[in-house]
Amino acid sequence: MELFELGIKGAQEGLAKGEFTSVDIVRSVIDRVHAVNEKVGAYLTFDEEGAIRLAEANPKAVPIAIKDLINVEGQPCTCGSKILKGYVSPYDATVVKNLKANGFIPAGRVNMDEFAMGSSTENSALAVTRNPYDLGRVPGGSSGGSAAAVGGDLCIAALGTDTGGSIRQPASFCNCVGVKPSYGRVSRFGVTAFASSLDQVGPMTKSVEDSAILLKALAGHDEMDGTTPHDPVPDYVAEIKGATLKGVKIGLPKEYFDVSGLDAEVKRITEESVKRCADAGAEIVEVSLPHTEYAMAVYYIIAPAEASANLARFDGVRYGHRSEKATDVLSLYMKSRAEGFGPEVKRRIIMGTYVLSSGYYDAYYGRAQKVRTLIKRDFDEVFGKVDALITPCAPTPAFGLGELQNPLTMYLNDLFTIPSALAGVCAASVPAGATAAGLPVGVQFICGGFEESKLLKVCKAFEDATGRVECRRAI
Amino acid sequence: MGGTKIDVAYVSNLARLELTDEEKAVFQPQLESIVKYVEKISEVDVEGVEPMMHGRPLVNAFREDVVRPSLDREKALGNAPKRVGDEFLLPKIVEGAES
Repeated sequence: MELFELGIKGAQEGLAKGEFTSVDIVRSVIDRVHAVNEKVGAYLTFDEEGAIRLAEANPKAVPIAIKDLINVEGQPCTCGSKILKGYVSPYDATVVKNLKANGFIPAGRVNMDEFAMGSSTENSALAVTRNPYDLGRVPGGSSGGSAAAVGGDLCIAALGTDTGGSIRQPASFCNCVGVKPSYGRVSRFGVTAFASSLDQVGPMTKSVEDSAILLKALAGHDEMDGTTPHDPVPDYVAEIKGATLKGVKIGLPKEYFDVSGLDAEVKRITEESVKRCADAGAEIVEVSLPHTEYAMAVYYIIAPAEASANLARFDGVRYGHRSEKATDVLSLYMKSRAEGFGPEVKRRIIMGTYVLSSGYYDAYYGRAQKVRTLIKRDFDEVFGKVDALITPCAPTPAFGLGELQNPLTMYLNDLFTIPSALAGVCAASVPAGATAAGLPVGVQFICGGFEESKLLKVCKAFEDATGRVECRRAI
Repeated sequence: MGGTKIDVAYVSNLARLELTDEEKAVFQPQLESIVKYVEKISEVDVEGVEPMMHGRPLVNAFREDVVRPSLDREKALGNAPKRVGDEFLLPKIVEGAES
């Protein structure tokens, strides 16, 4: 076994026993990146010397690939956009500080949809990322580089971010575990904002235990992010020991199964997953989340609205691209943004500006926030009855590069991941099976807010019941 | 709501985002279909429902109001597209003023 194939647990064990050093792991990952990144395109940049220096200084540390919107001091942070070409981060994001304080080092920057807007990584202005299980297909998105790197063994583990499904859907496409923590569980300081009431950083890993280890390192109060409460962070690793599904009540939300766009094989794999949970002792209960059908509409008002405000900072003044054609300040804004942003980002800025504009605010943004309350209430009610929910993660397996041309069709990828994001609860995608063509498919588990221990326990027991999902890699 | 038509040219100006004629032609029908889709929320009865602003109920997060070290000036200016000394350099803002 090559060192790059290791997960966090295996790497930490080998490091503890002195079988190899952090430098050995980093060099192995670098060799792997040299060998296959040209095909996969997971990484945008990899500061090899910097990573080796960090590993030399921290001989027991595990390298983690970083999604390219998380600031690491001295490294680029392009957010997959031309507008941040040449940008160098002046400071570490809190999650990066937390990594460094807990036996990890950042190593390499992975691709993403521009400003995390997308479900295929095709919106990156900088590189094409391919699915390591079928190079003609997308890795999902927006954390597609993270997922491709984990799923293709181009890293030990990675950080992703999830606003409406950007950790979970690519995890499903690339056979990895992806956890979206509850809103507020992990600091967003130093993470380029997309939709501030939704964004969360989370682990993308090769096993549930690895996600527990990484989440433990990431989570907790940060005085730089006022949305992170002082609630203690449980020892997730200890919590999942001996995890079982016996006596666990798992809800089956009927709204997630009566969907016209649900692929037949994904449906089959999800149903088999439900049966596996039942066979392992879980009690399966049919439940209802009646406002599910409105979640997509709510999300595509709230997320672009917040994005249009957040991206106003890209004006060519203090950092980022500045147009050479500007003649005054107004044209500096207009042209710098026109030249720097790609089409999906422009669409969302316009959509967001529209729903916030005078005369429309109440009908769109104001109303969407009220419907969001109803969606959250659905979850509150259902978690009074069950411990966790099981649903499909993405409606289809990985689709072909260039296959989805219509923005609205692309948005439908997040149908099953958006409601829980709006409710601010925690959710994860865990490998569940493979299609006849050999594409990986994940299943989603959802638990209540700050119930990550419960979520990880259910995921671990499910993973144990499932065993490793074997899919043939294309690299 | 209901049959409202998004005016892409008007809104892009509000957003300080210059669009080419080609972009306007492409975005107009795309955004119309997205707006039409999201208008689905008008079906929901929200009478008496409080708006949800955030992922969890928030209270103000206070800290002591003390001076602390902040980002080093050189670092803060390090990504400036153009600068003079310790300042960001911009085209003149006030019309008629000496530049």
